[in-house]
Amino acid sequence: MSDLQDLYQELIIDHSKRPRNFGSMNDANRTADGFNPLCGDKLKLFLKIEDGVIRDVKFIGAGCAISTASASVMTDMLKGQTIEQAASLFETFHYMITGPKDPQHVGSGLGKLAVFAGVSEFPARVKCATLAWHTMRNAISGKTEAASTEQVK
Amino acid sequence: MTAHPATLDIERTIGLDPEALRRDFPVLHQEVHGKPLVYLDNAATTQKPRSVIDALVRYYEHDNANVHRGIHELSQRATNDYEDARTVVQAFLGAAESEEIIYTRGTTESINLVTASWGRANVGAGDEVLISAMEHHSNIVPWQILCEEKGAQLKIVPINDDGEFLLDEYERLLSDRTRIVAVNHVSNALGSVNPVREIVKLAHERGALVLIDGAQAVAHMKVDVRSLDCDFYAFSSHKIFGPTGIGILYGKRAILEAMPPCESGGDMIKHVTFEKTIYNDLPYKFEAGTPNIADAIALGAALRYVNNVGLEAIGAYEEDLLAYATERLAAFEGVRLIGTAKHKASVQSFNLDSIHPHDLGTVLDREGIAVRAGHHCAQPVMDRFGVTATVRASFAFYNTRAEVDRLVETLHKAREIFA
Repeated sequence: MSDLQDLYQELIIDHSKRPRNFGSMNDANRTADGFNPLCGDKLKLFLKIEDGVIRDVKFIGAGCAISTASASVMTDMLKGQTIEQAASLFETFHYMITGPKDPQHVGSGLGKLAVFAGVSEFPARVKCATLAWHTMRNAISGKTEAASTEQVK
Repeated sequence: MTAHPATLDIERTIGLDPEALRRDFPVLHQEVHGKPLVYLDNAATTQKPRSVIDALVRYYEHDNANVHRGIHELSQRATNDYEDARTVVQAFLGAAESEEIIYTRGTTESINLVTASWGRANVGAGDEVLISAMEHHSNIVPWQILCEEKGAQLKIVPINDDGEFLLDEYERLLSDRTRIVAVNHVSNALGSVNPVREIVKLAHERGALVLIDGAQAVAHMKVDVRSLDCDFYAFSSHKIFGPTGIGILYGKRAILEAMPPCESGGDMIKHVTFEKTIYNDLPYKFEAGTPNIADAIALGAALRYVNNVGLEAIGAYEEDLLAYATERLAAFEGVRLIGTAKHKASVQSFNLDSIHPHDLGTVLDREGIAVRAGHHCAQPVMDRFGVTATVRASFAFYNTRAEVDRLVETLHKAREIFA
């Protein structure tokens, strides 16, 4: 059971049951949908970006504990970050759960995102942990493509 | 083929001995995450007995050659074994002739063959195709594509809250425009056994054909296509202890003969000139190219194995096991059973509290228990029951009550984690 506890850390269970920033946003200027066709997990992400800074972020959706907690923690972390910082955070996060193991530096610079380190031992669950992040990247990249408040698909 | 005289004796006298049969399945004897494997994902794919594995090895070690070009000894052997397997399938399904047995890659390809060949030739604008609300995507999408292409209408026979096919609704939906009815024999997501005999009878009264998706049925109950009088019957080898990559389409001879070929190339022709090609006879008309010889032969071995165990004994044993599993799960606080039809086979889908099936699946996996967690390629069924996914335990004759107990015990652990 110890490795299960590595995966389902208290913080993850807490965020999955009481997701932060859960709800829709009327004045979002970026939205994107995330969908995992393999499991049916769905997510809609709302971002308010001003001058390259994420001012507010919310999400709605239904998913497993890992994907819900990941979205919840991500939205907490993204507020106040620049787009560049958000992209770099995603890269560090993605590397932590998919890259080669480096016990010295696990989760360094990731703050509470480090609780997702255990996901690396559960390859079948990596997509659950990254769904919200991929959706965030799509939402943000919509800016360069459309440069408008249109919904990004 | 490996006979199991001891097993046969047991079956005839006291039913079926799962512990003895388990010894025939090498894969079952291993630990997963440090716990003895409990394999409860048989509706996804079944494990393979030694005799099936041996058949594959023997073919590649001794007989490998192309078929139907029998100048040399090996080709003759390969051809004989390949065609022998076809007659095993014929007898297994109760078909009148081996020419009515078409090898495909699996149920999905079998259904696609029917929609592409029979469907394109026989379904037109304004016609109707009937399927049920509990079909696997493989028995939805090919019909959707056909109907879209032809301007035909796809109609859905509803199911009730227990996951039962509604015969009276079906009767109302049948019309003179109905060209074909396509239903599964057993639902992969719910385990419901459908009243296929009545479905066929009612369809024929209106002049419609019937295709039965037997993927989830053949490993659990005796199927007799002549007695059912269905026009097509499809199944996959890997769901009945055979290898992946091979499956069967049964069709009535007259219907198959009238159908245009689906794929073209070698083996499906009698004579080719640049001006005209004469197609081969059944079943080769539908088997273009070098076929999946080894897996067809191993499918034959799998069906022989099932025959030796006996489908009657299998059915009785699994009915008891499913009843036990259902009873234990139903008694577990927080469990919601999905699929509670009166007549079921070997599948129990459920959810626990508000725990997502994937989280539950991960907890079970860490205890060595393999289940399916997801939508089971039947998203409309999930929608019907207002869930995005379920956990599905699906059984074979090598599963035991002790394994069901381990499944249920692990649910306590899941509740502790997610409490």
